[in-house]
Amino acid sequence: MRILVFNLVAWCLILYASLSILGCSSAPSREPETPATSLPPPSSDRRTETIPLETSRPTYAGPWEDPSSPLYNRTIYFDYDTAEIKPDYIPVMRTHARYLGSRTDTRVMLEGHADERGTREYNLALGDQRAETVRRYMLAEGVLPDQMATLSYGEERPADPGHGEGSWRLNRRVIIQY
Amino acid sequence: MNRSRHPLLLVLSTLLLWGAGPLEARLNIEITGGIEAAQPIAVVPFGVSEGLIPPVEIAAVVAADLARTGRFKPMPTRDMLDLPTSRDQVDLRDWSLLGMNNLVIGQVEPEGSGFRVSFSLFDVFRGDELASTSILSTGTGMRHTAHRIADIIYEKLTGQTGVAATRIAYVTATGRGDSQTVTLRVADADGYNPQTIVSSSEPIMSPAWSPDGRRLAYVSFENRRAAIYVQELSTGRRDLVASYPGINGSPAFSPDGRRLAMTLSKEGNPEIHVLNLLSRELVRLTQHFAIDTEPAWSPDGRHLIFTSDRGGSPQIYRMSASGGPAERISVEGDYNGRASYSPDGRSVVMVTRINGAFRIGVLDTERGITRLLSSGTLDESPSFAPNGSMVIYATIHGGRGVLAAASVDGGGSQRLSQDSGQVREPAWSPLMQ
Repeated sequence: MRILVFNLVAWCLILYASLSILGCSSAPSREPETPATSLPPPSSDRRTETIPLETSRPTYAGPWEDPSSPLYNRTIYFDYDTAEIKPDYIPVMRTHARYLGSRTDTRVMLEGHADERGTREYNLALGDQRAETVRRYMLAEGVLPDQMATLSYGEERPADPGHGEGSWRLNRRVIIQY
Repeated sequence: MNRSRHPLLLVLSTLLLWGAGPLEARLNIEITGGIEAAQPIAVVPFGVSEGLIPPVEIAAVVAADLARTGRFKPMPTRDMLDLPTSRDQVDLRDWSLLGMNNLVIGQVEPEGSGFRVSFSLFDVFRGDELASTSILSTGTGMRHTAHRIADIIYEKLTGQTGVAATRIAYVTATGRGDSQTVTLRVADADGYNPQTIVSSSEPIMSPAWSPDGRRLAYVSFENRRAAIYVQELSTGRRDLVASYPGINGSPAFSPDGRRLAMTLSKEGNPEIHVLNLLSRELVRLTQHFAIDTEPAWSPDGRHLIFTSDRGGSPQIYRMSASGGPAERISVEGDYNGRASYSPDGRSVVMVTRINGAFRIGVLDTERGITRLLSSGTLDESPSFAPNGSMVIYATIHGGRGVLAAASVDGGGSQRLSQDSGQVREPAWSPLMQ
């Protein structure tokens, strides 16, 4: 079922891609802008439109996708310029550590992030230290080394693009990605 | 980890990007400051043989290059009373009355399948001809020829090598999250002729030039892994040089081009390493529980400076290029990072925090004095021009990431922005032959 749906989506994309390429190569230049008062183009000139196929997701990856599951909360937030874990986030890590302890074939990526203040490479190091701190805690809680990998994005993938503390506090984080 | 993507989808997304057109957004340069003492110079529109249509207005490019240095104030063409194109048409007294110190005239003639571009530079007061050269140029290479002429004039008048014929590498980003497109681009120093050398839906960081200007090292997160690549610009061929667990960051070529300093955290903590690019031997230089990152070589290749928070806050340290003890060289402030040496090795440019604002500072390493070059709040990624006269850096303007360049002596400044998207992490190329 999943493969079927995937193929449908893929073929739609192929169709769209070929249409857009054809459209590009046959039109020598962009249409000139018309003043707002002019008439709309004749109806025979109407562009072809594609409509995306709506499907419900055929599979369910795991309980971390379910908002009612305790595993749904997968983010640990940090204070500025530190990799120290705040006591508030111990229960989050413990919940995931227990789940991973019972499913030793499940693997996670610990994704470390920083806010935009400070240099990019230093923030990469900070994100790495944050991910590493979470990894060590999870190890101590019994998660196997092979179940975890870390990746720091530094400030490159902010959750919120703003330039103030309201955004920054959302960006200083480690996400447990299943 | 259900992160795997179908290869067909990747191919399709590449096609879609390509189908969207190869139009590259040029960097727009805006002069944001100059100095009162800028020297008046007249660059007269070059004469053109009858019937010839050169692809570039050479005098306009030369004048703009000279203006950007902050040291010259070219006369607008409309204020010129006469437009001489050869020596016998020049009367230096006229230009003296107009208050000019120097005059440049020139000509473009056809030669073979290209052009011969000749020019002369005069000292208006002494009545001397200071330089007279001709350069053979292709049509497509005409802008580059104009930059070379600007550099010859600049060097003749200031005694310093010009940088108009150099390039800058930078990162651009449009869109956000999973729909973002990040590119690494190389453009001429005046923002023209931008070319994408790698494009990705994942972050690209930390471009670093090889000393011969032919390769760029950078960090790419493609396939959701961090890795350092070295890419040859003329062919697009690239080598994967580091892809360890953890950080693979901050590449920096040694002055001889044979080694690459980098930050790796494969042993659990960010440490400075040096990779021999020929033998692939990897040596760890630091070993400290603190963050050690952002290595940069001294011009003689004997030292490395880097950022470390081993003393409680990020500061700049220096150690031998073979490792060993490190001494702190940044003196003021509670945050100093991303330092790199000036070409003469006497100062370093870095990011420094002043009252909560991140600015660009130049530290005189002999006298221990830091001078600020920028006035933003999130300024970063400073990079010296290869003649040491200017620093290019990233800043925020109108809520968007743009580049800015400032004269080290406090003179001219410019802003370089794209019509859309973010521009960041500039790296000024070495001098190109």
